Amino acid sequence: MPIVVLLFVLVIIVGGIMLWIAGAYNRLVRLRNQLDNAWAQIDVQLKRRHDLIPNLVETVKGYAKHERGTLEAVIQARNLAVSAKTVAERAQAENVLTGALKSLFAVAEAYPDLKANQNFMALQEELTSTENKVAFSRQFYNDNAMTYNTQIEVFPMNFIASMFSFGRRDFFEVKAEAEREAPKVSF
Amino acid sequence: MWEQIRANRRRSILLITIMAVVLALMGYTAGENIVGPGGGVIGLLVGLVIWAVQMMVYLTSAESILLNHAYAQELKREDSPRLFNVVDEMRLASGLEFMPRIYLVDDPAPNAFAVGRNPETTAIAVTSGLVHRLNRDELQGVIAHETAHLKNRDAQFMTLAAVMLGSIVILAEIVRRWTWYGGRGRSRSNSRGGDGGQAQAIILLLGLVFAILGPLMAQLLYFACSRKREFLADACGSQYTRYPEGLASALEKISQAASTSSFASKATAPLFIVNPLYAGGDEPDSVFSSHPSTAQRIRVLRSMAGASLADYEEAYRRAMGGGLIGRGSLGSAPQQSIRAPSNEGPIETRHDAQNIIHRAHGYLPVQCSCGLKFSVPEGYEEDHIRCVRCGNLLPVPAAVPPPETAAAAPPVITRAQPPLQYKRQGHGWESFRCQCGRTIQVSPGFVAPYIYCNNCGREIQVT
Repeated sequence: MPIVVLLFVLVIIVGGIMLWIAGAYNRLVRLRNQLDNAWAQIDVQLKRRHDLIPNLVETVKGYAKHERGTLEAVIQARNLAVSAKTVAERAQAENVLTGALKSLFAVAEAYPDLKANQNFMALQEELTSTENKVAFSRQFYNDNAMTYNTQIEVFPMNFIASMFSFGRRDFFEVKAEAEREAPKVSF
Repeated sequence: MWEQIRANRRRSILLITIMAVVLALMGYTAGENIVGPGGGVIGLLVGLVIWAVQMMVYLTSAESILLNHAYAQELKREDSPRLFNVVDEMRLASGLEFMPRIYLVDDPAPNAFAVGRNPETTAIAVTSGLVHRLNRDELQGVIAHETAHLKNRDAQFMTLAAVMLGSIVILAEIVRRWTWYGGRGRSRSNSRGGDGGQAQAIILLLGLVFAILGPLMAQLLYFACSRKREFLADACGSQYTRYPEGLASALEKISQAASTSSFASKATAPLFIVNPLYAGGDEPDSVFSSHPSTAQRIRVLRSMAGASLADYEEAYRRAMGGGLIGRGSLGSAPQQSIRAPSNEGPIETRHDAQNIIHRAHGYLPVQCSCGLKFSVPEGYEEDHIRCVRCGNLLPVPAAVPPPETAAAAPPVITRAQPPLQYKRQGHGWESFRCQCGRTIQVSPGFVAPYIYCNNCGREIQVT
């Protein structure tokens, strides 16, 4: 008789552990999917930025033919960003592109005709907004990456994480120095 | 925040259940008093039918009711791309699934609100006063606050409560009137049956209690929930923007605005960012108030050391003395630093904000040679209008029948009316009038050779 009771209790304990494992696994899966979704959002915004740039370059070319250096820098940075592969490479390329765009907008300040052009103003608004959107989607991704990384490293969950191979995720970092540099305008 | 979302779901279910019980009881007592003994069951059924109708109305058109109540105009992306961008940015920062629809309310008092039954039907409305008085950081702060309400499902619960509250008030009024006028007749016939007299008196009393206290209790319940929510939305909003000073300075500017909104009522007031019934949201801080004091909110926001939920919690504890956010949400919120301010000004001038409203209402812009620009309302039937400044007679831009061609083909009898013609005057936004009176707009990007009138279906060639 006591053996039956013991077996019964054992079954319940094992069942409880299985349920907990299932619950924890599901939680990690949900977090990882949310993270993938957040990454896809960043992708969408970055791609949008890449698509807006040729249009911008054409508009500026019409008014500021002498600024070949700045325009070429922007085009090169864009091509680099489109072809980058890993997270670190992409983060680096995007920072370079941001710097090039800042120089371009600084240069455009010297051409009042260009500044008054409707097309240019609309593009400038779109690009500024896309920069903001990239920043916010990156922020959302980083916050969720932090939560996810913490979850897979705390004590009970790290077993499950390693059992089902949930890997750590990189953050999409900004190199603070490159962004904060003021662009130099030469006449 | 997960706890807030779950709490709101629980509260919504609780509210629906309580409404059903209250309506059933009100119906029963009203039935007993008005129809007589035994009429309580009929009253109960009527109460439940009213509850069912209310739920149907809520499920089908709750936001439309609240938005129409405020005379809100839906905006398309072209109407104000910058406003759309600000909302889009907050959608990304908060991780909302769907982009909310955007509405503009023609009112100089700056204010904003958010409604929505479920994630697909959310909407954010801002007043024209908000859009031209706040700079981009401040507007972003306000939109972040509203987005936090949407993300935490506050808007869902508030929409439900607003619809329910409105109908309780109406019903209580009806019951009170009937009980007062109907009860006196009944009491004469009831005094003959000695046994039932006591029960009847109790039911009469209950009826009066419900009729008088019902709306009062509903209001208390409503407002008690929403004060804590405003602080939580401030906290989440700061986390999204990483710039709490934006919202703080926006609240300051809003509280200095010296007008009230004419379109808000007690039922919808808690949905707004500051109480629209008091100038600048400056309402006395009591258990009846729907919003916490704006000065307190600003104080908490300005004393934050960082931009995370934990920083808000710390600032809140220091300013208010109690705790706000549950430990579950706090645990996973890392320290986050505040970003630098952007130096962009307001996204629309007052003139542009008015133009957006006029365009949305179908007004025709007309410019006179003396320099005055004014708008002709939709439905104006004359072909010409006099300039109010110089008296010049100006043609109203309209689509006209094309000139007759010299070689007229033998008339073919057709049912359809011949197409009209409109000559474009430039490459920008243009509005003109169809022969049926409807205003039609073409955007700078419109390149097709013809357009169909929404109202009468006539084809208009655009050249």
